[in-house]
This record gives sequence, C-alpha cells and structure tokens, in this order.
Amino acid sequence: MMNLLWLQSGGCGGCTMSMMCAEAPDLLATLDGAGIDLLWHPTLSEATGAEVVDLLQAIVERRQGLDILCVEGSLLLGPNGSGRFHMMAGTGRPMIDWVRDLAARARHVVAVGTCAAFGGITAAGVNPADACGLQYDGRQKGGLLGPGFRAGAGLPVINVAGCPTHPNWVTETLMLLAGGDMAAGDLDLYQRPRFYADHLVHHGCPRNEYYEYKASAHKPSDLGCMMEHMGCLGTQAHADCNTRLWNGEGSCTRGGYACINCTAPEFEEPGHMFLETPKLAGIPIGLPTDMPKAWFVALSSLAKAATPDRVRRNAATDRIVVPPTVHEKRKR
Amino acid sequence: MTDAATDRRLIVGPFNRVEGDLEVHLDVAGGAVRAARVNSPLFRGFERILEGRDPRDALVIVPRICGICSVSQSVAAARALEGLAGAAPPPNGLLAQEIMRAVENIGDHLTHFHVFFMPDFARAAYAGRPWFGQAEAGFKAAAGSAVREAVAARSNLFHVFGIMGGKWPHTLTIQPGGVSRAVDARDKVRLGAIVADFKRFLEGRLYGAPLETVAALAMPGELEAWRDHGPAGHFRLFLEIAADLGLDRLGRAYDRFLSYGTGLAPAGGIWQAGAAGALDPALIAEDHSHARMAGRERRHHPFDGSTVPDGADEDGYTWCKAPRLAGLPFETGAVARQLVGGQPLIRALAAGEGGTVRTRVVARLVELAAAVLDLGQAIRRLDVRDAWFTDIRLPDSGRAMGLTEAARGALGHWLRVEGGRIAAYQIIAPTTWNFSPRDSDGVPGPLEAALVGAPVADGERTPVAVQHIVRSFDPCMVCTVH
Repeated sequence: MMNLLWLQSGGCGGCTMSMMCAEAPDLLATLDGAGIDLLWHPTLSEATGAEVVDLLQAIVERRQGLDILCVEGSLLLGPNGSGRFHMMAGTGRPMIDWVRDLAARARHVVAVGTCAAFGGITAAGVNPADACGLQYDGRQKGGLLGPGFRAGAGLPVINVAGCPTHPNWVTETLMLLAGGDMAAGDLDLYQRPRFYADHLVHHGCPRNEYYEYKASAHKPSDLGCMMEHMGCLGTQAHADCNTRLWNGEGSCTRGGYACINCTAPEFEEPGHMFLETPKLAGIPIGLPTDMPKAWFVALSSLAKAATPDRVRRNAATDRIVVPPTVHEKRKR
Repeated sequence: MTDAATDRRLIVGPFNRVEGDLEVHLDVAGGAVRAARVNSPLFRGFERILEGRDPRDALVIVPRICGICSVSQSVAAARALEGLAGAAPPPNGLLAQEIMRAVENIGDHLTHFHVFFMPDFARAAYAGRPWFGQAEAGFKAAAGSAVREAVAARSNLFHVFGIMGGKWPHTLTIQPGGVSRAVDARDKVRLGAIVADFKRFLEGRLYGAPLETVAALAMPGELEAWRDHGPAGHFRLFLEIAADLGLDRLGRAYDRFLSYGTGLAPAGGIWQAGAAGALDPALIAEDHSHARMAGRERRHHPFDGSTVPDGADEDGYTWCKAPRLAGLPFETGAVARQLVGGQPLIRALAAGEGGTVRTRVVARLVELAAAVLDLGQAIRRLDVRDAWFTDIRLPDSGRAMGLTEAARGALGHWLRVEGGRIAAYQIIAPTTWNFSPRDSDGVPGPLEAALVGAPVADGERTPVAVQHIVRSFDPCMVCTVH
C-alpha cells in the first residue's frame, strides 16, 4: 500500500474534477486496485478542520509517513514573498510553507496540472498573486522547491501538466509510482511523464486530412484544419489527447476549437490571441515540431494546389457537404 | 442565556468537501454560534489577469476560474461578448450552449449531494441514529456505495461533453455567436441515450420514483408522506435524516433570494418578503469594507468596480467582496431559481420554514429531477439541419454584462473594452453573494447570518451542525474571490 495526500492551492480544482471522470475502472476503484490509500483529499475525504491539521502536523513531525504528495494549483508567493494570498485555512500559515515542509517528507511529489507544474493560467498577465509551479516558474527551473529538489525516493517533481489534466494521466502516474515503475528517464525535458508527453495532440486528430491539404477553417464550427488561421498548436503540443480521448470520445480539436498547448510551460502567454494564428508573410510563425521551415512552405503550397474539391468545400462548413466518392468495383 | 464556561472562539478549517478553500471564524456562547465570520483565504486575481488582453481571450481564461462550474463561466463570458457586439447565437447555438450548461449544473447537483453533503451523516458521531446504517453503507466518504455510483453516473453523463464540447472542464466550444461544433443526427441520438441512462440512474437509486413525480411535488405534506412511506432511495433517506436532526430549523438566513435566470428560461428575478419581484442589475454594488481590498470609501457597481488586493488591511478578514442588491444581502442558488420560477413546493417551504438546510437540499433535488427532464426535451429540439454559429464582430470599445446561472446560483460578468482590449472585467460569482462578509453597515452575509444559532457541543472543534449549514449552500470558493 502507498498513501497519498492531496493539497490544492492557487488553481481552480478542475484537475480533481476531471480526475473524477476517470472510467473503466472509475477513480475510486482505480485507486483501490493500485493499492493507494487516500490519507486526505479535499474533495473526497470525511475529515475536515482540526482533524486535518492534526494529520498534516503528524507528517511534518514524522509521526506519520507520506508516500505521495500531490499538489494541484499554483503556489502563490505573493504579496511580497509572504505567501499570504493563500493561507491554509485553519492554520494561520501560508500554504507555500506547508508545501515546503510536506514535500521534504514525501517519497514522491506530483504536480497535478499546469498550474502546479509551471504556474499556469494563475501566472498569466500581471500575475497578481505571484504564482509559480512546484519546481518551475514558467520555463525557468526553480519554482517553490528549487531546481535541486529531489523527493525521498530520488525523483524530481513529476509534472502531470495539462489544463486540466486528463484523468488517466493522473491515475496512470499514480499507478506507475505505486508499482515502482517510474524512473528519471521516464520524464521528459519538463519532467512530464513520457507515457503521454512523447505524443503530439496532432496524432489521431480527425482533421488530419484537412491538415495534409492545408484546407483551413476560417471561423468556429468549420470542419477544416485550425492550424493556419485558428491558433491550433496541435502539431507542437505534447500530449495524447486525440488518441486517448476525453469524456468518452472528445478532444479539443474534435470539439471544434484550437489546441492551446495547455501541457506546456507558459501556454498562458502565447504572445497573441489564443484562437488566432500569428503569421509572417502569410506563413504561420509556429511550425510543426521537427519540420524544417522550407519544406513546410514547399509542401504547403503543393498540397494547397492539390486539394481535392471535397476537402476544400467541407473545410469551410460545419458538416460534410461532399462525401468521399464511393468507387464501384469495376472502376477501381 | 450564555454559559461563560462554554464561551469560546473557534477557527474552523481547512473546510473540505466544498469546492476550494474556506475558513470559518465562530464566536460560541451557550452552546450555540453567536456570530460568524467567513473567510475565503485564497486570492488569485483573475479580474486583473484579464486586463489588457483581447476580449476573446476571456473564453480561455474565465473557465479556468473554476473547475466545477467552468461552463457557466464560459456562458457568462459569451453572453457578455455577444452583448458587446449586439448579436446573438442562432437558436441551435443557444440551445447547445444551454444544454452544456445544464449538464454541468446537473453534474454539480449530483456531486454536491452524494460526494460533498451526505457523507457528513456517515460520521461516527451519528452512530446511534436509526438511519445510520443506511447512511454509512451509502455515503461513507470515498467509500459508500452511493458515492461510488454517483461518481460513475456523473462520468457517464459527462460524455455529453465528449460529444458536444471536446472535453470537460474548460471547453472552448462555447463561443460568442454559438458553438464551434455542430451536432449531427448520430450525435443527437447518442446524446438522448446518455440522458436516458442518467434518468434511469436517478429514478432507480436517488428517488425510487419517476422524475416527473419528483418535479411535480407541490405540498410540504407530500414530503412527510414520502419520508414515512415513500419509495426507498437516497431522497427518502435524506428526508428521514432531516426530520430526525431538525434540518428544517437549521441554517436560515435572510429569506431574500435572487436569480438571473438562464438562456432557456430568461425570467430572472428576486424573492423578498414572501413575494416574487423584478431584478434590476443596476442596483447591484460591491462593498469592500471587510474585504482585503482597496476602495472601501464607497460601494461599486461592477461596471465601476476594482480588484486591488490590500494585504495590509486590518479591517478585512477575507478576499471576498460583499455584493448587495439595493443595499441588501441576497442568497442565490436552487432555492432562488425555484422560488422565482414558481415551483409550488419550494414556495410553500419558503413560506413555512424559510430557507433552511432542508429547503436548500430539497430545492436542489427537485430542480435536478426537473432539469434532467428539460435536458431531454432540449436535446430533442436541436435541429441538425440548421446553423450552430453566427460569426460576430466585436467593436473596439463598449461595455456589456453577461448573466447566467451556475448550479450554486447567479453568476455575472461585467466587461468594459477600450481600444480593442479589456479595460476592466468584474465578476460576481454565486458564492460571493452567499459567503459575503459584512458590509459597511455591519450587516453579515447570508452564510454568516445562517450560522447564528447553530448548536455547538462541548469539545467540538469542527462543529458538525456548522458543516451541514455551510455545505447546504454548495459553496464554490475558487469562484468566490477568483
């Protein structure tokens, strides 16, 4: 058995809400099956108030062991480094102080969601609360715990980034930890589990045929590829959203809107409007990962010239107006 | 009469099974709460984050205020942007937005009842009660059979988002002008099947009766009959517990309610002094006198509001501002919607016991039954041949508000745009109304008032009656101060 303590700080609680959508098996059965015992979770546990403060104190004083500390939401350093924008209720003490103390006792520390990993949306704009992640402040390593932090079992903070996280990214990370099957090499450059971060959102996108021909959507509800005009970053975003799927059969691009690369540090400040593609001389500035620019330009113009009428027309509407041709056998 | 030996001050927190962070300060005298102060101890500053951005970026930012009512936040933003443009979605677009909002609200009601509220009755402190065995088997936190069934039923229901919204929470399908994904004939039958399955779960487990029967409840006597010889189910169990623990006498606040109404049933309104009335949003203003916010010298209408945290403030005890309508605190939520909408049972309960813990929960459960029936009808009204989206152009300057309902009550966004950028964005969330601090007249917010008189046993550090009252509001603390 491994025990787990879950804390929420400067986030929206959406990663917990998303995690409760886990299916086959459901969340509670998944945790049971993995031998994970919830010491306390703010949404799911009975204990409240003084009982919880007693538990946290017991962990800090080593009277209670802690296997996995999950933190959801960004860590709020403000105002002026005091952490007073988030005092842990009932304790009169900033949450960042509790997290530092508890992280020092945990065998594993998991940042659940982009807020806890990198600062996330709470760190956007003027970053009023001085939000950062557990071990990153945006792309910069450090964050609340510092670049050298290692949890008791030797791993740095595991960044299950996403806004929100897919329920299974979280449960699978927990199951891998419980089984002793996660090592430093299983994390990518930003300490995200590679089992989902080594994929691109583009993989499995049902708009791939439109992408191939650069048959583009111009407005919401159009079926075409959203890379050229609508701000879609699916070809650069590290996640398996279009092969794993959300809430049964969904993904952002299936829902008709751009991938905003929510698993990446600093996704909250793209430097342009989220749902509009910035371009230079008509060519999108952000190009697909691993693709040389000259090839992209050459292939795009070739593909546009070769676009079938079916793909071109369907791209600019909200439903299929031209079905694929049915070839009768003798004409093949 | 006060008993000096039991006079004490309690600070209750961390308060879990509410969404977000909450701390409650209690003055206890003579075995009961004499005064309460409600503190929302987390400040992120979303209204400031929005400033200076393209107004359309609000669609990415505002759902992330809240992971439990993100769709309601999206709808409020879409309404405000549509208001700015002076445009509206086509009928399908509006219907699709409202279907998603309704599904989120329905899921929230279920989460609230099974995961947040009922587990308190499975505590060891209630072990001697006649209903305890049933409560423990069904509602033990994270373990009870009913809790687990509800979590699974919610996941299945949220497949509506997999089809219509891409994902939940934080969908971007909801756009000013409609939705970014058309529903085709196949989607429509699949949506119908999902809702029918959810209806079966509610009828089989929660109510033990057809949803139509629950939605049609009209007289308080019918609740007593249901409690005594109604069908077995979680609803009957709640009614037994409520009678045994006197939840119909617990947690009454001001009996003043407000609702903005929704895109499907536009009638918002207020309920005051036992009668329905019109709501004038121009009379809404926020008071900062007990919030840790600059700008205490006057009350601010949200078009003229500000969000400047003042951590050094000594008078403030929360990051939550105090919204008032015509200078008065109002409660919002399912009770408010049902009262304004004319549901006879809830009107009778309000006239009798007032807005109590029992009234709030019954209103939620009656609304849940009616909302699922409405949802089924709304899906049937989707016209798969028609348009889903109208392309609208935003002006470079102007102001507009977006009003809608989250599960826990009235949600409003007030937006001002200058030079194509957001100049100001003010949000009043439902729990900002319900969990507001005192105002400059010293008048407590609704929860602060509702807690007065709650019993506190000797030695109780986290009084269980206080927990019932707090959770009866279904608070969403991350929204409260955003």
